[in-house]
Amino acid sequence: MAGRVAIVGVGQTHHTTRRNDVNMAEMVGEAVRAALADAQLSIKDIEAFIFSNMEAFEGVLLPDHGMVAEVGAVGKPGLKVTGGGTTGSEAVGEGCHMISAGLYDITMVVSWQKHDCGDATAGISAAAVPTFAKGMVTGAVSEFAKQALSYMKESGAKEEHAAMVRLKADRGACRNPYSHLKLGLGSIDEVLQSPYLVWPIRLYDFCPQSCGACVIILASEKRAKKIHKKPVWVADFVVVHQEPFRAGSFGDPTGTETYSQHVACERLYKRNGITNVRKQVDLAEIYEPSTWEEMSLYEHFYFCEKNEGWKLIEKGVTDIEGDFPVNCSGGVIASNPIGATPVIRIAEAALQIRGDAGEHQATRDIKTAIATALGGPNWTAMFLLKRSL
Amino acid sequence: MAQRAGIVAVAQTKYHPNRADVNEAELAYEAIKQVLEETGLTLSDIDSVVTCCQDAWDGRTIASLNLQHVVGAHFGHEFTVAEDGINAAYVAMSQVLSGDHETVLVESHMKESQGEKSLIENAGFDAILMRQLGLDFTSAAALQARRYMDKYGITPEQCAKAVVRNHGNAKNNPFAQGPMDITVDDVLGSEMLVSPIRLLDAKPISDGACVMIVATEEKAKKLARKPVWITGVSNCYETHYLGDRELADCDALVKAAMRAYSMAGIKDPLSEIDVAEISTEYSYQEPLWMEGLGFCGRGEGGKLADSRSIEMGGQLPVNPSGGVLPGNPNGVAGMARIAEAVLQLRGEAGARQVKGAKVGLAHGYTGICGQHQAVMILANV
Repeated sequence: MAGRVAIVGVGQTHHTTRRNDVNMAEMVGEAVRAALADAQLSIKDIEAFIFSNMEAFEGVLLPDHGMVAEVGAVGKPGLKVTGGGTTGSEAVGEGCHMISAGLYDITMVVSWQKHDCGDATAGISAAAVPTFAKGMVTGAVSEFAKQALSYMKESGAKEEHAAMVRLKADRGACRNPYSHLKLGLGSIDEVLQSPYLVWPIRLYDFCPQSCGACVIILASEKRAKKIHKKPVWVADFVVVHQEPFRAGSFGDPTGTETYSQHVACERLYKRNGITNVRKQVDLAEIYEPSTWEEMSLYEHFYFCEKNEGWKLIEKGVTDIEGDFPVNCSGGVIASNPIGATPVIRIAEAALQIRGDAGEHQATRDIKTAIATALGGPNWTAMFLLKRSL
Repeated sequence: MAQRAGIVAVAQTKYHPNRADVNEAELAYEAIKQVLEETGLTLSDIDSVVTCCQDAWDGRTIASLNLQHVVGAHFGHEFTVAEDGINAAYVAMSQVLSGDHETVLVESHMKESQGEKSLIENAGFDAILMRQLGLDFTSAAALQARRYMDKYGITPEQCAKAVVRNHGNAKNNPFAQGPMDITVDDVLGSEMLVSPIRLLDAKPISDGACVMIVATEEKAKKLARKPVWITGVSNCYETHYLGDRELADCDALVKAAMRAYSMAGIKDPLSEIDVAEISTEYSYQEPLWMEGLGFCGRGEGGKLADSRSIEMGGQLPVNPSGGVLPGNPNGVAGMARIAEAVLQLRGEAGARQVKGAKVGLAHGYTGICGQHQAVMILANV
């Protein structure tokens, strides 16, 4: 990027099943105030706003328009991006572009989903091709069941490994004050007792529908160092979308498909001289809609060799105390307000780099982190964050 | 700005009341094909895509799923903007100036014919306090029209004149949906939709697409026969609740315009801009938006609309293309204004050409009573 951009403030709400006490704008306002407090800025300092939300889930047209007063965007420039699970990444990406283009010095990314106003599974089902696939798609669970099945068959992972992913996530979630599902699980057996949704995906293998918001404040190099004593630099990012007819490629039984993750890694790692991600990057916050997908993503992002993702889990490599911690926050299977989910990944990775993650701070020192997003028909976004450039 | 962003090529479909013969991707590709042919680029030369669509209007969650193959987003970088397409061009400009991308395809499409306008727009109002009133964008616009006309004494005849002039100009525009020979009496005698807005005061349902390529200065000079530069741009939100707004004074537009002018170094828009393309879905918006854009003082839009200075051959011709009133889909409308301004600055606007145009203005808005406003200034030198 021509101009360097840093994260100078992050704020989230508590993520939960229902927020009957607030409307969408009031819920988002909580995260806005938290981010401003973190950055020690006033709303007057924010020059432009990028909103992120999937409007089909709540059934609100132009939902950013309804909350500009509560957010503090009246009279200010801004726009909303929309586009599946990766929407939040696009919003942060655009917030960065606006700054590195020299248009603004401080931008705010406002992201949220309030799933108690709608139904995510119905919303996701409406992503099917209207002319010949309506009625064939049943939300995300069935897609990730196919992925799990193909991963299980190919890699030799067992249901116990998926259960270990939930146990790892739950340990993080129970330490993270903002997490939605804090199950307090103690054993693999407890996870394996949860009912199947679509075999082999169990209830505890999958992400919840959460209400929540996350706000990130971005600043130019000139301003960042004055605003926050620990700015976190956005070193680079990539967004890789793909054509839906090629999808079904969350899991690929044919072994012939190119994964968007591989394309994203090739671009991001090459541009940043990363040849061994486990050595050169300290931590990852990844967008894993299911336990099975987490193991598969380890392989796609080259955290390990093919078919060895489950071994990382088995050995505890990706634990909070491990060599390469992944999703110390509890991840997406613990909290999933979709429009905000990629933004939470970036915010959590930034907190880890700052050393401000509190109880769920990784044991090892985190200087460099990756935050990813997954959406649509296996679209990928990846952010590379650093303590110093 | 060290660099400038240039518009390399623009294309529009002909606007039409019902393109049941094509889906969204096929419609968009009609315009995409033209910009590729003009520049000699292929989709693999495009390194970023900005689409503009809304799930509610396309009837599909993640509306841009419809388009991935025709915009060249397979394994590519794609962002989708929900506001009017003029903002998608703004995003493309930011990507180019950031140094991250060199050649950005911007796409905006809309098939209003397949949506239920009133139902979709009603979902844009506050769910607890306003939706139950049955408001849609037309009934809200009627409140704004009434307030504006009452406050400043704007007459229905002045608004009707805007309709007649825009439809007349549209006769010179091959992309226009509804060029018509109409009189002020025809407008004033047309069916009342929501008082004071009559059938001919409002734009009809429309389908169409607009596409452009935005590139770095260096690339633009290589790719374009006549690059057009984005010299100023801004957008602005106003508050949501109608009761909290002074509907007769479009504050968001005033702010967006001032910021865009300041960026482009424009002090007196009326004399420094050669051609303006503004988005008016309802007739009263033409005088109102002209006030917001600073073409005249507050409350003087009616007088300006009466004068000859915004006609073809006048001091500042407004909407030589006919603008939005003869039929442009929402979401596409503001981006089509850029496309038209670009044609003017390239001297390629045919029968609607403003002679010697060097500086152009494009305006687009999104939402209830123009809650979100965007202004872009373009120049050919």
